[in-house]
Amino acid sequence: MVPLSHVLALSTILFVLGVAGFIFRRNIITIFMCIELMLNAVNLAFVGFARQLGQLDGQIYVFFIIVVAAAEAAVGLGIIIALYRTRESLNIDDLDSMKM
Amino acid sequence: MAILFYVFAAVAIVAALSVVLQRTPVYSALSLIVVLCAIAVEYLLLNAEFIAVIQVIVYAGAIMVLFVLVIMLLNAGHEVPSSRSRLARWLGMPLLAAFLIEMLFAVWRYLPPSALAPQAPDSGPAAIGGLLFKNYVLPFELTSVLILVAILGAVVLAKKRL
Repeated sequence: MVPLSHVLALSTILFVLGVAGFIFRRNIITIFMCIELMLNAVNLAFVGFARQLGQLDGQIYVFFIIVVAAAEAAVGLGIIIALYRTRESLNIDDLDSMKM
Repeated sequence: MAILFYVFAAVAIVAALSVVLQRTPVYSALSLIVVLCAIAVEYLLLNAEFIAVIQVIVYAGAIMVLFVLVIMLLNAGHEVPSSRSRLARWLGMPLLAAFLIEMLFAVWRYLPPSALAPQAPDSGPAAIGGLLFKNYVLPFELTSVLILVAILGAVVLAKKRL
């Protein structure tokens, strides 16, 4: 079987890649996808720990995280569409103030 | 079994690199679907069958369809490089590398690479459902309120005039 440390290493690498995309990308949709990548990295760590400890609670947390991610995606993409309608741009350098 | 884990770990990392490096959002979205499916396989190998199925149906299915739909709706094309955030560019990479090395070191130092515990939890849908509706019934109900609020928020945001 796979050691827990390897699962956590994979989770860390995916999380860091998500942060890198969050910092270096300019397109707001790509940044949003990088947030999803980070959430998935954390989910993987939860499942790894659930497997190691022999308990199901970690998987329940992953279930809730996926639900929250779905709600977040719906609201976030709605905000992006509303922003695009007023600013005509998806570049975050043009979207640097909250006021419409 | 173990070799499959490393194969799909490599797939996930390469696809995640592609998510970050692609300049066109549609390619990023398609790479992200590959990442999500690879992680679903990892869940299967970690005895989390229910989560693996949910991952494919909800994440790779519903959420990514939403993303691709919005990308096509807004006609998001090639990303224009801009030079306005110098700080992130020059400070981000060393800090991220330091974070990665520190986390990997901590994992390697405090979690010796012994094999996973032999006893796998009973992770069928019956066990998950029992736990969800007994121990976690209050969070479960709160989740329904959260989804209701999210629906209302999406409807309000999608109106013609805010």
